[in-house]
Parts: sequence; C-alpha cells; structure tokens
Amino acid sequence: MVIIEGLSKVFDHGTTNEKLALDNINLSLGTGEFVTVIGGNGAGKSTLLNCIAGVFEIDTGRIMLGNKDMTYWPEYKRSRHIGRVFQDPLQGTAFDMTIEENLAIAYAKGKPQGLRRGINKADLQKFRERLSLLDLGLEDRMKQKVGTLSGGQRQALTLLMATMVEPQLLLLDEHTAALDPGMAKKVISLTGEMVEQYHLCTLMVTHNMKAALEYGSRTIMMHEGRIIMDITGRERETMTVELLIKQFGSRSGTELDNDRLLLS
Amino acid sequence: MSFLAFQGSIELGIIYAIMALGVFLSFRTLNFPDLTVDGSFVTGAAFSAVLCINGHPVWGLVLGLVAGSAAGCITALLHTKLEIQPLLAGILVMLGLYSINLKVMGTRANIPLVNQTTVFSSLEGTALEAYAQLLIPLGILLALLILLFLFLKTKLGFSLRATGDNAQMVRALGVNTDTTILIGMALSNSLVALSGALLSQYQSFTDIGMGIGMVVIGLASVIIGEVIFGTSSLLRRLIAVILGAVLYRMIIAVALEMGMPATDLKLVSATLVALALAMPIIKKKALFYKRKIAAQGIKRGG
Repeated sequence: MVIIEGLSKVFDHGTTNEKLALDNINLSLGTGEFVTVIGGNGAGKSTLLNCIAGVFEIDTGRIMLGNKDMTYWPEYKRSRHIGRVFQDPLQGTAFDMTIEENLAIAYAKGKPQGLRRGINKADLQKFRERLSLLDLGLEDRMKQKVGTLSGGQRQALTLLMATMVEPQLLLLDEHTAALDPGMAKKVISLTGEMVEQYHLCTLMVTHNMKAALEYGSRTIMMHEGRIIMDITGRERETMTVELLIKQFGSRSGTELDNDRLLLS
Repeated sequence: MSFLAFQGSIELGIIYAIMALGVFLSFRTLNFPDLTVDGSFVTGAAFSAVLCINGHPVWGLVLGLVAGSAAGCITALLHTKLEIQPLLAGILVMLGLYSINLKVMGTRANIPLVNQTTVFSSLEGTALEAYAQLLIPLGILLALLILLFLFLKTKLGFSLRATGDNAQMVRALGVNTDTTILIGMALSNSLVALSGALLSQYQSFTDIGMGIGMVVIGLASVIIGEVIFGTSSLLRRLIAVILGAVLYRMIIAVALEMGMPATDLKLVSATLVALALAMPIIKKKALFYKRKIAAQGIKRGG
C-alpha cells in the first residue's frame, strides 16, 4: 500500500548547520497495517511524516501510495489520499469557523470545489452522525466556532475530519502529546476504533511507549534518521516497555532521550 | 452638521464601503495585509474616467473592476509562487501601478469629468433624479453584499475563509492554498477598483494621488465596524464593515465641519487606525498598572 524507498532528507544543506534528518529510509506498509513509530528527540519521526505528506521536499528516494508515485506531487494533492492529525491541536482546524463548516471542508476533500452551497441538509445529517461517534456532545454544538472548543475536543474533531473522506493512509504525529492524560486516553482509543473500523493504513508517531505497543500491529524505532528496530507478530507481543528501552540502548549505543517520553 | 453634508457623507460612505469590503476580504478573511489597494483603487478610477470621456460610463466601472482584479492576481502570484512577503508584494504592485495608472490616464495626473455623462446621469428625468448619487451606489453595494455573503457560504468560500484561519489545514484537506489566495486577492482588489471607479464618476474627476492611504481608510472602516457593530456571524461582520465605512465618513465630515483643515485628514486617519489597533494592548497595560499601583498602595498602607 505504501512503499518508501531510499528516502533521505538533509536540512540546511551546505551550511554549518547541515543535518541529515533522514538517512536512506526503506519502509513498506501493507493494506490496513497500523504501524507505531517511537524514538528520541531529533530521530526524524516527524520529518518522515512530513516528507510523506509533502510538507518537505525530499533529497533522494521515492514515495509510492497504492500504485501512484507521489514523490513529486505537491502537498495539497497528496492530501487527497492522506489524512493527517498534528501534534498541535490548533493546526488541524479553522478556529474562526463553525464545527459544521470545518467538517464541510473535510467532507469536500478530493471533490471539485465550485460554487455549490457549502453545507446542505444531507451533509448536516451525516456530520451529526459522525460527531456523535466521538461521544463529546459536539453534535449539538455544530453552529459553534471551533475556537470555543478545548484542545482535546479539537483534536478529536481533527481526527474525524482526517477520516471524513476515507484516506489511503493516515498520518498521526504525536497527536495526543499536547493533551491532558484523560483526554489523551480518549483520543487514542478513538484513534484505535477508527483505524479498526475503516481498516486504515496508519503511521502513528507517539511519545507513549505503552501505547506504541498496545495499538497497531507493528512498531518501528528510529534513531538519527534511521530505522533501528522493526518488530511485529510474536516478537512484538512479548515486548515490554522495559525491554524496549534496553533494546534501544543496545541498538543505538545511547540512552533514550525523548524528554516527553511516557513510560507508563 | 448640515443636511447636505450629512447626505454627502452617507453617499461617500456607501462608495467607500465597497472598498472596505475588499479590504475586509484580504486583511480579515485571507489574513493577507494587502497594500495593492492604494494602487488598484486609482486603477479603477483611471479606467472609469477614460471610458467616461469616451461615452461608456458603465464599461468604465466594469473594466475598472477587471483591471483591479488583475492587479490583485499579480500580488497573489508574487506571494504564492515567488514567496515574496505579503506586505512587500503589495508595495511592489502598488508602485508599479502608479506608472500603469498614469499610462491609462494618458500621462495626465488629473482627468476632470465635468459635464460628462456618468452612471449617475442614468436617472436623469425620472422622479429619482435628486437621489441618483445615493441610490445607484446603494444598489450596487447591496447587490455586492448579498453576492459576497452567498459566495463565502459556498464550498469554495469555505476554503477561502479557512485559508486565512489556517492555511496548513486547508492544504492537509486537499485544497491548493495558492489558488484560494489568488481568487481571494482578485476578488478583493476588484471590489477596491470598483469603489475607485464609482468615486471617480461621483466626484467628477480622477486624480493620480487619490489612492494614497486608501488601505488605511479601509482598515479604519473594518475596525470601527467590528468594534461597534460586532463580529458574531459572517453576515453581521459584512454589514458591520459597511456601517463602519459610513461612520468613518461621518466622523471625518464632523471633524471638517469643526474646522479641521482638509490637509490634516491623512494624519487623523493614521492616528485613528493606530489607536484602534493598539486598543487591546493599551487596555492590557492599563490594567497591569492599575494592579501595580493598587499593590504598592497596600504595601505603603501596611
């Protein structure tokens, strides 16, 4: 479903700050595969997601989605097949527009824009149904501006918007890191439900080691722009957080230094 | 204020309100501080005057509008494709337009339209003749208000509004923000140019310098409207901008009546906008000093 071949990315090329952010990454995800990504600060996790999404141009390599070679596609064009949720809850929604207007933009993804009415009756019914899945009471507040929602509510809404038109790939970039523990739990379990329901091919960067092992079917660990561990099946089932940290130490030769890392 | 002065400021307010809607579209909806306005306003007026002299006042408005939208497109392209900062892109186009406007005007700095047929002549001989200068701009303004409101409620309108809020989100939802900015800037400057075109025929002349500070007047109208008439819904915001423009003209009329020299007008406009923009910070600082003084008072007392 997703094939990444020889992907490299250098920041500040030719300056004293030159940094090899991604070093020859090879990764392929099967249909419906849910992969969690962990690693220390500056390991290249977010850069990898941003390269796939088209936010950054890549230096070498190839990115395929389905049978499409997206390597040279602009970000907005890739977005028609990719759903994204960001770490910052402010990044995924338009704060000065209402909940229903935000959903309408998400629902129009990949369709011609045009001068048709932004929202019709059938849309409202669909939005109401989808919002009630979140169990946050947002279905009764559809005319309210998104700016009045809490970070967690906005993040749940962003998740809904990212999957409104079923994407071929879902990219989640530490999307619960900025939330309080209760809301983080809620959003991550919603994520699990949605991915399972639609059988979505998903890459989830997380700072929560436990969640990394609990959700999905495969876990990769990154360090200095490379994938240093890739576990699945039996090996992953028997993996514990303690073992994971130990493995990291032996494979990278350093201590895990993600300052936001949650071990429990 | 005399009734004549009152009526005059309402008429001018209505014409400037069209420009203010354009400024609202770029500054507020797209979050793009667009200085093209000072140039595209005159572009509209230049086309209007030249076509008026040739006996086509209505085409003067239409071509003025089209030329304005072209100017807006260039500013948008400078920003989106060549990544020039919005302010600078606007300034560059504004500067370039000065030469273009002079060319359109046949290298004259001023074109008088005295005794020319204008759009305001169209009601001559009817019962409404005396109110032509109020009714024609008002009709155009109301039509534009409805069209703009309906447009901002379409799918494309949603994307355009969201671009100003959060361009990253719009791209993540599969919409090319370069396109939404282009469409928004074209629309914005076409409104501005239409306003200039109408003003030219209303005041019976076009002057190469008539656009100076236009963006500040537009912004003043937007801010006055927002503060006094509110921002709770989209329709209310649009109406607030229009009322803000009319109110601004009234304030100016009163100031002139009270003996302010007309040459001070721009200084007053600039001061007004600076004050309005600084209001939230001034309020915050005032509150801080109030707390500080209160705290020191307690210390001294104890």
